[in-house]
This record gives sequence, structure tokens and C-alpha cells, in this order.
Amino acid sequence: MHSMKPVWSKRFFARCGHCLASLAALAALLLAPLPFLAHAQPAPAPEQAAPAPSSASASASSAAQHFTLANGLTLIVLPDRRAPTVLQMLWVRAGSMDEVDGQSGLAHVVEHMLFKGTPTVPEGEISRLVAAMGGRDNAFVSRDVTSFHQQIPAARLPDVMRLEADRFAHNSWPDEAFWREMQVIKEERRQMVEESAQARMFEVFMASAWLAHPYRRPIVGWMSDLLSLQPADARAFYQRWYVPGNAALVVVGDVEVAQVRAWAERYFGALPARAVPERKPQTEPEQRGTRRIEYLGRTDRPLLVMGYQVPQLAHPDATDAASTDALALLLLAGVLDGHSAARLERQLVQGAAGRRVALEVSASFGYLGRGPQLFLLSGTPAPGVSPAELEAALVAEIARVAREGVSEAELRRVRNQWLAAEVFQRDSLFAQARLLGSYWAQGWPVDSSERLMRRLSAVTPQQVQAVAARHFSSQRLTVGLLLPEQAP
Amino acid sequence: MKAFLFRRGLWAAQSAGWRAALRREIVQWLPQQARPGKGAWCWALICLALAVPGAAQAAPAIEHWVQPSGARVHLVQTAALPMLDVQIDLDAGSRRDPAPQAGLAQATAALLRAGVQAHGDRAALDENALAEAWADLGAQFSASATRDRLSLRLRTLTQPDLLQAAQDLLAQQLAAPAFAAPVWQRERQRWVARWQQGQTEPEVLAEQLLHAAVYGAHPYGQQARPETWAAIEAEHLRAFWQRHAQACSARVTLVGAIDRERADALVRQLLAGWQGHGCSVLPSVPEVPPLAQAQRIAQPFVVAQSQILIGQPGLARRDPDFLAFMVANQILGGSGFSSRLMQEVRERRGLTYDIHSRFVPGRHAGAFVVATTTQPQRAAQALALVQEEIRRFVADGPTQAELEHAQAALINGFGLRLDSNRELLQEVAALAWHDLPLNDLQTWGARVAALERAQVHRALQRVLQPERMVTVLFGGGPEP
Repeated sequence: MHSMKPVWSKRFFARCGHCLASLAALAALLLAPLPFLAHAQPAPAPEQAAPAPSSASASASSAAQHFTLANGLTLIVLPDRRAPTVLQMLWVRAGSMDEVDGQSGLAHVVEHMLFKGTPTVPEGEISRLVAAMGGRDNAFVSRDVTSFHQQIPAARLPDVMRLEADRFAHNSWPDEAFWREMQVIKEERRQMVEESAQARMFEVFMASAWLAHPYRRPIVGWMSDLLSLQPADARAFYQRWYVPGNAALVVVGDVEVAQVRAWAERYFGALPARAVPERKPQTEPEQRGTRRIEYLGRTDRPLLVMGYQVPQLAHPDATDAASTDALALLLLAGVLDGHSAARLERQLVQGAAGRRVALEVSASFGYLGRGPQLFLLSGTPAPGVSPAELEAALVAEIARVAREGVSEAELRRVRNQWLAAEVFQRDSLFAQARLLGSYWAQGWPVDSSERLMRRLSAVTPQQVQAVAARHFSSQRLTVGLLLPEQAP
Repeated sequence: MKAFLFRRGLWAAQSAGWRAALRREIVQWLPQQARPGKGAWCWALICLALAVPGAAQAAPAIEHWVQPSGARVHLVQTAALPMLDVQIDLDAGSRRDPAPQAGLAQATAALLRAGVQAHGDRAALDENALAEAWADLGAQFSASATRDRLSLRLRTLTQPDLLQAAQDLLAQQLAAPAFAAPVWQRERQRWVARWQQGQTEPEVLAEQLLHAAVYGAHPYGQQARPETWAAIEAEHLRAFWQRHAQACSARVTLVGAIDRERADALVRQLLAGWQGHGCSVLPSVPEVPPLAQAQRIAQPFVVAQSQILIGQPGLARRDPDFLAFMVANQILGGSGFSSRLMQEVRERRGLTYDIHSRFVPGRHAGAFVVATTTQPQRAAQALALVQEEIRRFVADGPTQAELEHAQAALINGFGLRLDSNRELLQEVAALAWHDLPLNDLQTWGARVAALERAQVHRALQRVLQPERMVTVLFGGGPEP
């Protein structure tokens, strides 16, 4: 899975106001295009002799339950009784894509301000209380969502639920707290983006790959916008988007479903329903030609990123052409970069073709996201190799799939890893809760993992070959190139 | 991992490994704001028990035995998920690197993936066939070296045919690693390129400068560079492996759905190939010497943000003051949001996004470090503030209320340390590595609760000398 993570993902994809150590892990989670929750799986191909993960080992012992409160708030509960702990995550379907121009970074600012108190709970008190319980708390913002989470001893769940409901409905703070926190957020931008040439190039790359869609804006915001945001902007965004019908409470851990439901009714169910604001589609117009950007920065080696606008998976059950192709693209990413002997590493880094072209390469395709997706290829050219040569080599690998296809063994290998990864993911309360929340943000059912694995198992080598031929036109490509700022 | 290595540089990855090791040792997050109270701290309707001995949740049952080879096995049976984690720890960390070949332990660990020779009735596999074999099983193998340990890890499903296949494959890999020369030459080129990339990154450079100054000539301070990698050839990897991969000193930790009999057989098979490696006694490694005087390293560099690091040798894991110092570090800067440093530097003044203190309690005294970043114009202000907070904390110690809240957070949070197989593996492997008593986790809560303020303050004053620390200010000076 790590190989699905492009080099700059840590600095780009997630902005955690409160987080310090977990950012890299989080970004990996947010990006990983893998279904994690396990349920019954189809058996592996019968002709194989070697052992492979089977449906028996991958079937889940419990399933998540889904409720909608009268005010529109969604509740999702997944019992996991391995230890007397529980994870609560509150999800708001408001991320950086819900900002408007001139206010980039606002969703992230609001996430920070949620820690600044309510009329009954002073600034910083939630973190202090959770810590005294022996728990941990944090939050993050992505392009699609804002999420707040606490991991605590199970007996403390009603306490943190009450605190979370309180700030969801009653967050308030003086202007002074806003100006103080903006200093911190500007430092966060300096640390995560401005100090990294890779992150800065990727920011420009995304701003070029999307024209109309708000995914073009950086999650943390442009510095100029951070300098001009006002307290009233943050209050308005909070008022607008933090409404019960736009939120989900996900609870995973040592709990009884009925008891959690009763607590949720008590603390969140009492909040008044409010209309969820209208969302503009902001549909990206069809790309009609390659876009290229360069960024000159403090780096020793060039970094090349190529992004193709590709179809998106509408729903795990969707059978339209775009969704079917998106599933095949997911397998293609695995065939290219699913493990250390996958195609890109073998051909470009090891130099199976006789010449080493790259020091590092990666391929990734994010199937989870409210907005349109890119199929990303990236790499660092080997010494003596130009970025243009690396770009040509990456294009050639896609063309080779389109021309010669992939083997059933390659697909089986990718699927086996996913089947096992589903079990391994269940070792983490956080990974399970994150996935449930991500599915909710998409409007997908709680058992989407099971549905996705069923669909992925049916993807054929011919389908993978077909999407490689169909969706990698240079017309739909954006190329980003980081170059050293001064001559070597 | 490869993506991560690219950005941070190989050295930084090593450092990150130590940070992860540190997080294993130290439960993070606790409240800082002192409040008077006797036994309970109430806010609205929420009352929190403070430091109640015996209130800790049940620790896991650890089974321990020693095999005839001398291998020390620790097992925690957890049947909830059909999976198994195995970790083998060897006294083959980078402290065993010959100085001219710094990086040898890490290279040896990394090259274990570079194919296997024929072994018994099993055919040789090149690096790609080996990687495919692991992928086919859905199993995950990794190897890494920190300063103390070379750690081998396996995560697999326990479906019987898969478990047996993973066991057979790993046994072959540990018995007959190929250490293929062409693969090492290729990897070396990649590592050199990553190192060169790291030389453009202030975060990496500042850590290099700090660790060089804190450790001096001690083996903990050895840092791999292009010239030390150049001095390593494939035969050195093989020799290092044969010298250090010894069953007699290995610690093997297992967590998962496996019984003792099956676990014992599995470990025997994994280590069987090391019989020929013998059981030589490795030379003792000296302790990290204390610093003689303060040192200030200022590097002007055009940056968007200055790096500030302050450090000195900390203490070893088996030091009697470990627990008291761990609690002190929590209060100062080891507990995230509510630590003193976070409150003073971020929350009150908005000077930074991240500030923390950490220490690396290894077999020797790993570095104690306070780290933060801030915009260059405010670097001098931030540095002076951090230095004053450290000085004040060491001089005065924590308040009684701070201590009680730290104790409450640690004790109440005990269950969260152990709520996944991954965390159990880390905790039990650390216990095994440091030869701690089997009931260390059971008694931990009571020992934390029993700490007194004077004891914590004494430990703090014994370990930290604010007047003799290394300070690195990277990018805070006048621009060149």
C-alpha cells in the first residue's frame, strides 16, 4: 500500500490542525485506494496451485450498522470488542472543495477553531479532558471532509459524545483567538508546504490539472488568502456547513449498538435540523490537450508527476461504463505499482529493459473522493536520464499494457494482497472508522468494501488492457516537473 | 516506504524509526493545566479518577520460554482476527557498524529482500520472484535496523496453508539470503541520491548536525554517507549477517491467532538456518558520554522556516530513573497539546505549528531532543523562550497538579496502548529486548501512580543539564 502513496502526499492531502505525529499515516490512509473492511469474498481462481487468501480467512465477524436521526444526522456503529477502547469520529461533509475563491484554507481554519471552545467549555478543554481520560484526540481536513476523532476507554464514550455535540452546535470564540490561531496555521503552511519543493510543485500541478473544479485549491490555502481571512469568514463557514444533515457520527469499538444509539439520540438528536446548503456542481470541462508546468525549487533531483483525468467510480454497485472502467483502473495501478516487483519498479528502477531510467517511481489512483480523480504516475529520473526520457518510459509502460495486456497471475497477486490487507486493517479501530466515514462522505453504503471486492474480483485482464488503451491520451494529461532552482 | 525515504533521506528514515520506537515507550497526550483536587477532577458532569493504583486495565498474558538454541520467545495469543505478527530482534543495530562502513546494518536489513539462494529442497529465487512470492501470499515481510536492533517482521494470515507457506518462505530467506551484488550496487546508487536530496532539506541537515554533536564519537552517532556506503560490498553484508544473526541472543515475539506449540515449532523452523552462525559474544559498547559544555551551531540558510533543535544524551531504558523521567518528559513536551512547551510556544504565542520533546531510551542513553520550527524573523524569540522553559522546568520541576494529571492520563490510557495486535507486538518486543520482567505491564500502572514529585524532579535534574546542551539554529541567522 505504501507504494500507492506519491512522495508529496504527506504534505498535500491532509491538514490536521491538531495533529503532529500522525500526518503521514493519515495521508497514506486518505490516499490508499484499497477497500479495507472485510466480508465474505469470492474464492480465488481455481486453477492456482499455491495457497492464497480465501473467503474464510477474510470474512468479517461483525458488520457496521447505520441509522439516521430525526434531524438528519447519520450514525454508524461498528462493534469491535477486542479491547475496552472505543474510537469516535465526527465527519462533516465540508472540506476544501466547499470553499470559494479568496477563502482557500477556510475549512482547515474552522477545524482549528473547533478546539477554541464553546460557551460552556473553554479553549483547549476538550483536549485536556480527553487526555485526562487517558485518550487521544485530533482532527483532519481533506479536500472532501472535515473529521474530528477521539480514542478513549470505552466507558468514556458518552462524555466525549456530549463534548463533540456541544462544539458541533455551539463553537464560539473571541476574535483574539482567531488571530492567534492564524499565526499557527501560517506556520503549518510554512512547515508542510513552503519548506518542501515537492509540495510546492504539487500545489501548482493541481492548480493546473483542474480549472473549474475546486480541487485546484490547496487544502491548507494560499498564503495570500490566509493573510486576509477574517473571523467572520470562519464563523460563516461553520454556520453554513456544520448542520446535522451534513454530518455523520462513526463509533467503532467495545460498544453495544443500542446503547450508542441512545446516547447519540440524547446528545446529537437534540440539535435542531437545519437545511444543508445548496452545492454548485463546478463540473470540470473536458480537457483538450496536454498541460505542462515547471516549478524551480530547492531540490537536488527533478521530480516528475503526470496526471490523467480518468473516469470515476460512482458507486460500488454502479455498472455504467465510467464506473466499470474506474474499477479496472484500480487494478491497473496495482499491476504497475502494487509491490516491489511490480511493473514500474522492475522496468524503470531495476532497468529490466537494459537501462535504469528512474530512482523512484509510483502509480496511484484514488477511487474515493467527492470530486473527479486523476490517475497519477510519478518518478525521479536516474542520474544521466532526462525528465523527458522518464516521461516517455512511463508512457511506454502504459502503452505496453494497452498493447500486450496483463496476466491473470498479476491480477491475482493484486487481489490476494487486498484480501489480506482487509483482515490486517481490522487490527486498527482508526482504519475501520476512517473507511466507514469515507464511504458515508461519498454517499456509499457501510458494506462498500464487500461490494467493491466482489466487483474487483470480476475484473478481467482484457478490461485492464482496455482501460490502458482508452484513458491515457496525452490530450487528458497534465505534467508537473520540479527542477533544481540553480544550475548544478 | 520508498516514497517516504525519497523525501526525507535515508538518515531521516532511520531517525523516524527511532521516533516511532520512542512513541512505543511513551504514551502521549495528557493534560497540563494544573487544577487542585483530591483524587478526582470534575468538569460539569464529568469526573475523572486521578492516579488510582490498580485501576489499570488488564495487561495481556505473555507466555515466555527459551528454546534450546537460546532464542527467547514471547507469545501473546489473540484469536479475534485470523492473523499473526512475528518480530525477531537481533543485536545488529547500527551501533554495530564499523565506523568506516556506517550504514552496514541498515544495508544488511534492506538487502534481505534481494533474493534467496537454494535451501534444502527449495529453489533459489531472485529479488522479483521473492517479492512475488510474498505478494501471492498476501503476507508482509520487512526488515529494518535502528541504533540498537535489526528487526525482522512478518505479518500473515493464519489460514493454515498460508501460514505454513509464509513460514517456509521466511525460513528460507533467513537461512539463505542471497545478498546479490548487482542489487546492492543498484540500491546504493539510490541511497546516495536520496542522501544528496536530503542535503537540500534543512529538516534533515539540522538533525544530522544535532546528532553528531550530541553523540560525538559514540557508535550511536554514526551516520551513513556516500563514502561509507562506497566502502560496503555484498560480501560485507553477508559477513555482518552471519556474525549477528544468532539464535542464542535473538528475541522472538509473536502476537496473534496461534497456540504455544505451533508458535514454538514456527520459531524453531525460522531460526534453524542459523545453527552454522554459532554464538559468539559481541564486544561491549561503551556508554554515551555526557557533554562537557554547551555548544551552539548556527547555520545561515535561506528558508521559509527555521529549524530549532536542542539536545543532549538522555538515559537508557534500564536506567532506574526511566519511569520518572518519562513522566517528566510527558509534562514538558512529550504529550502533544497540553504539554508545557506546546502551551507556551504554540497556544499562547502562535510561534509554531509543532513543538515537542522526545528521548530515545535504548540500551544506551539515546538523545533527548526538543524540536520546533518557526518563521526566521521570530526564530531568536522562539529559541530564547524554549531555552527558558527548559531551564525553568529543570530548576523547579513539575507542579504536584501537573504530576497528578500526567499520572491520570498515563494510567487511564494504559488500555489504549494495547488495543491492537500491532501495539501489543511493539510493547512486548520492547519488553523482551530490554529483558524487563514479564509482569512489567501489569505493575506499570501502580509504579506510575507511586511516583512522587520529588522523585520526578530528582530524575529530571540528574538527566538534564540545560547549561550543557547542544543548540542547532538552522536558517535563523542573517541571510547570506
